[in-house]
Amino acid sequence: MEKRIRVLVAKPGLDGHDRGAKVVARALRDAGFEVIYTGLRQTPEQIAEASLQEDVNVVAMSLLSGAHNTLFPKVVNLLKEKGMNDVLVVGGGVIPDADIPGLKQAGVAEVFTPGTPTANIVDFIKSNVK
Amino acid sequence: MDIAGELLAGSRLALSRAITAVENEYDEAVSIMQRLYSHTGKAHVIGITGPPGAGKSTLTDKLAKAYRQQGKTVGIVAVDPTSPFSGGAILGDRIRMNELTLDEGVFIRSMGTRGSLGGLSRKTAEVVRILDAFGKDVVFVETVGVGQSEVDVIKAADTTVVVLVPGQGDDIQAIKAGILEIGDIFAINKADRDGVDRLATELEMMLDLNQNEVDWRPPIERTVASQGSGIAELLTTIDGHICFLSQSGHLTRRRTDRTRNELLALIEEHIGRYVLQQLSSWGQLDTLVSRIEKREKDPYTTVSELLHMYLRY
Repeated sequence: MEKRIRVLVAKPGLDGHDRGAKVVARALRDAGFEVIYTGLRQTPEQIAEASLQEDVNVVAMSLLSGAHNTLFPKVVNLLKEKGMNDVLVVGGGVIPDADIPGLKQAGVAEVFTPGTPTANIVDFIKSNVK
Repeated sequence: MDIAGELLAGSRLALSRAITAVENEYDEAVSIMQRLYSHTGKAHVIGITGPPGAGKSTLTDKLAKAYRQQGKTVGIVAVDPTSPFSGGAILGDRIRMNELTLDEGVFIRSMGTRGSLGGLSRKTAEVVRILDAFGKDVVFVETVGVGQSEVDVIKAADTTVVVLVPGQGDDIQAIKAGILEIGDIFAINKADRDGVDRLATELEMMLDLNQNEVDWRPPIERTVASQGSGIAELLTTIDGHICFLSQSGHLTRRRTDRTRNELLALIEEHIGRYVLQQLSSWGQLDTLVSRIEKREKDPYTTVSELLHMYLRY
């Protein structure tokens, strides 16, 4: 039996800045994860459905446009509706500190803001993935 | 969760979990496949292969949409390379297929090669079978970007489409063995670029030299997948191939060959695993290796003794 951590890296929202997401995707690959990279401007519905089809353990979303309070919780809820109850959802991007507690309450396990070393993200996933 | 039962009842979550179980070789994988096997054999499996950047994903996306317009359901298995160093992978084929994600008649699954070198992963053929059992009418298998010798796709596909782009080598490339031999159909993608006529001529010349399979000469189609041009023609050609396969008896023959190969591979895998388990549980493996290293014994005699001991051979 050969379990491998699968992570969907997605960019919800309308901003076109995916450099951060690509850096994270690469770091996760180098950590031995299988990274499904879905690219820019994904709707929450697309992210949740792709997560189901790919049976991922982790959904990692990057967002820089300020819509995180709407879009991150929406993905969390859609995943639950689809029966994906054991998925670890993490977020990153330009996210004000004041918004982080609310996001965590909504089911986002952790939020990584600019300047986070990629090793921290890898470690967090390794210790929290179900 | 009764994965196989729920899958057969149409649950996409169960389908996804079944694929994971098989890919990761979970204990329940065998029982799932046992339940599903009798529901397989109905899908038309189309292999899409070709060098990196030829446009395989974009072409698959467009073909899938065309099949959807005909009302057919579609499964897609897209394989990308696993890093030999970290074991990780970036699976990026979905980027070209995002518009299909919310179509309930389509199911896309990305796989890493996980050490296999033939263009697919070791479990790809079984994943195709799961999608077949789920009831998909058409299943696409998109290989990693291939060079010359990654030809495993023919073990999984009924119809293999080799996607090429102009400007990637001279006519010697066309007479080499390997992926150019496995095409049932050739698609010259990015056909709005220079060198299309030359590539088509070289392929035709290569096909002129083919001695076997005279009853099907692989057609050459020109496409510009990003703009959707040539897709309808390619689709007609693919459908023509499946018609030819079933009418000529080739489909039965190909599938019989495949069933035989799969059975043999499964026997090999299970016997190998059994013997390895026995050896490891007794801690014999290291002893045997060191005796062979010291030339006290040779590996050939060792193997025949092991076969005798474990399989009464």
